[in-house]
Amino acid sequence: MSVGGFSARDWASHPPLIAPDYKSTKTRGPAQPPIPIGGDLAETAGPSFDPRTIDPAQADLTANARVNAAPIGERIVVAGRVLDEAGRGVPHTLVEVWQANAAGRYVHANDRHDAPLDPNFLGAGHALTDADGRFAFRTIKPGAYPWGNHHNAWRPNHIHFSVIGPALATRLVTQMYFPGDPLLDADPIFLATPRAARPRLIADFDWSLTEPGIALGYRFDIVLRGRGQTPPESCPEESPPEESPPEDLPHDGGADHG
Amino acid sequence: MAERGQTPSQTVGPFFAYGLTPRQYGYPLPDPVGADLTGPEVEGTRIWLTGRVLDAAGAPVDDALVEIWQADAHGRLPTRAGAGGGNRPAFRGFGRCGTGTDPDSRFVFRTVKPGAIETGAAPHVSLVVFARGLLNHLFTRIYFADEARANAGDPVLAQVPEDRRDTLIAQRRETPDGPVYHLDIRLQGAGETVFFDL
Repeated sequence: MSVGGFSARDWASHPPLIAPDYKSTKTRGPAQPPIPIGGDLAETAGPSFDPRTIDPAQADLTANARVNAAPIGERIVVAGRVLDEAGRGVPHTLVEVWQANAAGRYVHANDRHDAPLDPNFLGAGHALTDADGRFAFRTIKPGAYPWGNHHNAWRPNHIHFSVIGPALATRLVTQMYFPGDPLLDADPIFLATPRAARPRLIADFDWSLTEPGIALGYRFDIVLRGRGQTPPESCPEESPPEESPPEDLPHDGGADHG
Repeated sequence: MAERGQTPSQTVGPFFAYGLTPRQYGYPLPDPVGADLTGPEVEGTRIWLTGRVLDAAGAPVDDALVEIWQADAHGRLPTRAGAGGGNRPAFRGFGRCGTGTDPDSRFVFRTVKPGAIETGAAPHVSLVVFARGLLNHLFTRIYFADEARANAGDPVLAQVPEDRRDTLIAQRRETPDGPVYHLDIRLQGAGETVFFDL
């Protein structure tokens, strides 16, 4: 259903609510189809975030939880843009990430995987996109980890992403995977996604995002439901060079975190 | 720039707490969104909004995340004019609570009772539900049992089969801490909550 001018949630791009190979969906996914509603609903508006309340240092997961040393693992940059379906950047929206550490262990108290915690790494951060929808995180490449879904089940390396967008209707939580991961072909969560849309969940390795001598770079663009069909004239034909980190976020200072 | 397809949704998984609700769960990171929508400058009747998220067996889900979005007491949605930081309303209208810290696995929001956004609509709170085992988040709404007359004329409730409307209506209970509106969300099975495709 189209609400408030937003294009419909494209069910050909999203996984079904019940995907039996991912066991927990069988008792948690609603059995009844969602009821379409339309019009100018409250859900066509959404929260905004004051850039002054968002600490830019929270975009550097290699530093935001340091106690006495740098976290263990391979440093990476994960950068991209939040876009609508017409390719327009979504400005000043909240992007949140969380992930396992290099050993495949989450900080979360319920994670019982027998792998070490890193006292210098929490694995969570957030940022606001800039005026062009760009974001950039520095983090540690997450490890794979086993889970209880089936015998010898392993989650591929992934980073969880949460994006608000311009309205509640554009809300999205997803996971970013890494190119070439052999575990993808055996992961029921990734495989629940319609085949044609799966590549959109996999980041691109991108030389232009690397920080020489420091970190390799991955690009992950996130596309939300768009409003209207035609990009406005102010939409640039070519996006600015992506290797430059967000620099026009209005903030009162803070670490230069790339 | 070419048209692009929507990025597929994936489950929030079981370990979102330190990323999305760190303060609620005691992790040492700042919380961009919390479960208390009130503040000294916010007008309106203070209420608690609580509920459980139940699975097909009726068991409470203790690793769900619920977000709410609502109008203020006067029926005004927080303006989007503040997207760049200016002209910010006192009432943000957005909150987030996990079900993993309450002994009864409830979400517990402190907020104000919303006003109706427009004539003919009933006051309501919009909800988004996330959990391990939900590959897509779910949109639903909470209406208020003590607004029966407004509910009867609400254009969205009118699109819901009559025998399922009760799944969207929170019951009011008076407590020493003020009025509590409670609504359980049933993900699947008998009395399954109405979720919206919007």
